Amino acid sequence: MPEKIMESFQVKSLQILDEKGEADRALMPSLEENDIRTIYEFLLLARAFDERALALQREGRLGTYASIRGQEAVQVGSAYAMEKNDWVFPSFRESGMHIARGYPIHMLYQFWAGDERGLASPPDLNIFPVCISVSTQIPHAVGAALAAKYKKDNIAVITFFGEGATSKGDFNEALNIAGVNKAPVVFICQNNQWAISVPLSKQTASKTLAQKAFSYGFPGIQVDGNDVFAVYRTAKEALEKARAGGGPTFIECFTYRISDHTTADDASRYRKKEEVEEWEKRDPILRLRLHMEKEGMAGGDFFEGAAKRAREKIDEAVSRAESIPPPDPADMFTFTYKELTPRQMKQMKGLGHGGT
Amino acid sequence: MVQAINLALHEEMMRDVDIIVLGEDVGRNGGVFRVTDGLMDKYGPERVMDTPLAESGIVGMAIGMAAYGLKPVAEVQFMGFIYPAIDQLYTHAARLRSRSRGRFTCPIVVRTPYGAGVKAIEIHSESTEALFCHMAGLKVVVPSTPYNAKGLLVSALRDNDPVIFLEPTRLYRMIKEEVPEGPYTLPLGKARMVKSGKDLTIVAWGSMLHRAVNAAQDKSADVIDLMTLRPFDEEAIMESVKKTGRLMIVEEAQKTGGFASEISATVSEEAIFYLRAPVMRVASPDVVLPFPKLEGYYMPDTAHIKEKIEEILRY
Repeated sequence: MPEKIMESFQVKSLQILDEKGEADRALMPSLEENDIRTIYEFLLLARAFDERALALQREGRLGTYASIRGQEAVQVGSAYAMEKNDWVFPSFRESGMHIARGYPIHMLYQFWAGDERGLASPPDLNIFPVCISVSTQIPHAVGAALAAKYKKDNIAVITFFGEGATSKGDFNEALNIAGVNKAPVVFICQNNQWAISVPLSKQTASKTLAQKAFSYGFPGIQVDGNDVFAVYRTAKEALEKARAGGGPTFIECFTYRISDHTTADDASRYRKKEEVEEWEKRDPILRLRLHMEKEGMAGGDFFEGAAKRAREKIDEAVSRAESIPPPDPADMFTFTYKELTPRQMKQMKGLGHGGT
Repeated sequence: MVQAINLALHEEMMRDVDIIVLGEDVGRNGGVFRVTDGLMDKYGPERVMDTPLAESGIVGMAIGMAAYGLKPVAEVQFMGFIYPAIDQLYTHAARLRSRSRGRFTCPIVVRTPYGAGVKAIEIHSESTEALFCHMAGLKVVVPSTPYNAKGLLVSALRDNDPVIFLEPTRLYRMIKEEVPEGPYTLPLGKARMVKSGKDLTIVAWGSMLHRAVNAAQDKSADVIDLMTLRPFDEEAIMESVKKTGRLMIVEEAQKTGGFASEISATVSEEAIFYLRAPVMRVASPDVVLPFPKLEGYYMPDTAHIKEKIEEILRY
C-alpha cells in the first residue's frame, strides 16, 4: 500500500481595504454609501465609548474595564452583518458589537460600573451576558445554534472570543460538537496578539488560528481584523451559509489590542512601544475615513458631525448611567432561583448591614 | 429505578417537544445503564443526541439550548466524569438567571449515576454531591426509590432552574416496586417521612436511606428521606428533631465537608436546646475512594449505623 494524501487544506487571508484607504473593488461587499457612513459612525461611537470608559475608570467612576481600542472593525463589521434575530454570545471585549447592535450604551457603562442590571439584554436583542471566564461561552453558542436548528428557526448564532481562548478545552469541545452537528454558528476569534502578557507565539505553534477549524471539519479563514470590509463580507457570508444549513465557519480576525488588557494591567511591562506604534498606523477607523474621502463619500462636515454626534451620545449615556439609583440590596436574591427558598427568605430579612 | 427514570423520560418527552436528551451513548446504545433505552427509536436522533466525548461541552451546550428555549436533559455518564463540567455548572448554569437579571434562564437537568457499592473501576463510584450543594442557583435532587425517582425527575423536568439529578447506581436495579403509568410529580425541596418514631431522627438520602431504614428497624425512630439536598427541607428536620431530641445523619460521602455537616450545623443553630444528644454523622472516612476490594470497608453499612444508633440512644 503506497502512502497517500488523506486531506489537505489551504488557509486564506483576506484584506479588502488597506492602510492607505485603497479598497480592492473586485472584493468589495455590496454596501451602499449610506451603509458605509453608518458603519463609520458606529466605529467612531465605539471609539468614543472606549475613550470615555478609560477616562471614567481613571476618575473612579467605573470599575476595571477592558478596552476595545484597535478592535472596533471586527466588532462593528460583524455586528453589521447580522440579522435582527441572530443570537450573540460575546466574551468581554466586544462593546463595539453591542453598540452596533443597538444595545443601550448606558447599560454598558452600568455593567462596567459594577451594576449587573447592565447585563440584562433588552427583549428585542438576543445578546447573552458578557462572559468573563475565557472560552466558556463557546459551547453555549453551539447549544443555542442547535436549538435553533431543532426549532427550524431561520437564524444564525455568532460567538466572540480572543486568541487565548483557542488554547482552552471548551473551545475544542464546542467546535468539535459544532462540526459534527453542522450547527448554524459563526466563530469569531479576535486575535489581538496578546492574552494579557502572553504573546501569540506562546499561545500556539500553529501558523494561523484559522487552520484549527479544518480539524473540526469546517472552514476557517483569516481576515484583516482592522479592515471593516473584510470582516463584514466574511461574517455576512458565514452567517448566510449558517442560515442556509451549511454549518459553521471560523473567522480569525487578525487585529491588535492597542490598550492594556484591562485598566488593571500595564502592558509596558511586557511589550514594546514601537510595536504598538506600528499597529496604530493600521488603525481601522483611520483607514475607512481615508477611503471615504478618496471615494468622495463624505467630507469634513460629515466627519465633524459624526464626531459631535458620537460625543453627544456618549455624554447622554454616561449621564443616564450615573443617574440610575443603585440596586436594592434585596435584588441579589431576586434572580437566584425562580422562587426564593425558605432559607433565602430568612436571609433576606437579615439584610440590615453592609453598604460600605 | 432504571425503568422508572426511563418511563419518566418517555412520558415527558411525549408531553413536551422541547425536551432534548443529550450525552455520551444515550442514543443508539440507550445509555450505559440503559436509562435512555428506546428514546432514540421513539423520538429520533434530533431529540436524543449522541454527543462527542466532552462533558464540559455537553453541559455547556445544554445551557445554550436552555437559554434558547429548549429543555435539555444532559447525561454525564458517571459522576466521576462531571468535574470538567463544573466550570459550566458553577460559572454559568447556576448564575445565568441572576447575571442576566432574569432575561435568560437555564432550566437544564443534568443526570448522572453516582455512588459506590457496585464494584466498579475507579472514578465510577464518587459521591461528591456536596460540591453541587455549595452553589446557589443549582438544585440538587437524589431519589431513593423507583417511585420517587420518577416523580422527582418529572418535577425536575418541569422546573425553571438547573437541577443536578443524582441517581444512586447501587439502587438502579436493587429495589423493585410498581411505578404508576402516566406522569406525576413530587415537589422539589420536600423530604418524606419513611418511618415514624419518637426517640431519634435519622436523615439520609439515596442509597444510604435503605441502610438507615434497615438499621433502625426495631427502634422508634423518624427516618427522613431528604430527596432534595438543595434547597433542603429544613422544616421537616426541625419538626422531627424537636420531637425526638436526637439527630443522626447518614451519608455515603466522606465525612469532612459532606452535606451532613450542613444539616448538623443548621440543627445546632436552630434547635440546640431540643437536643438530648450530640448530633452524629455516619459517613465514609476521609480517604481517597478505594478500589472495589476495599469498598465494603469504606461506605457505611447497616452494622455501622446500628452501632451509632445504640450510641446516640445512650444519651
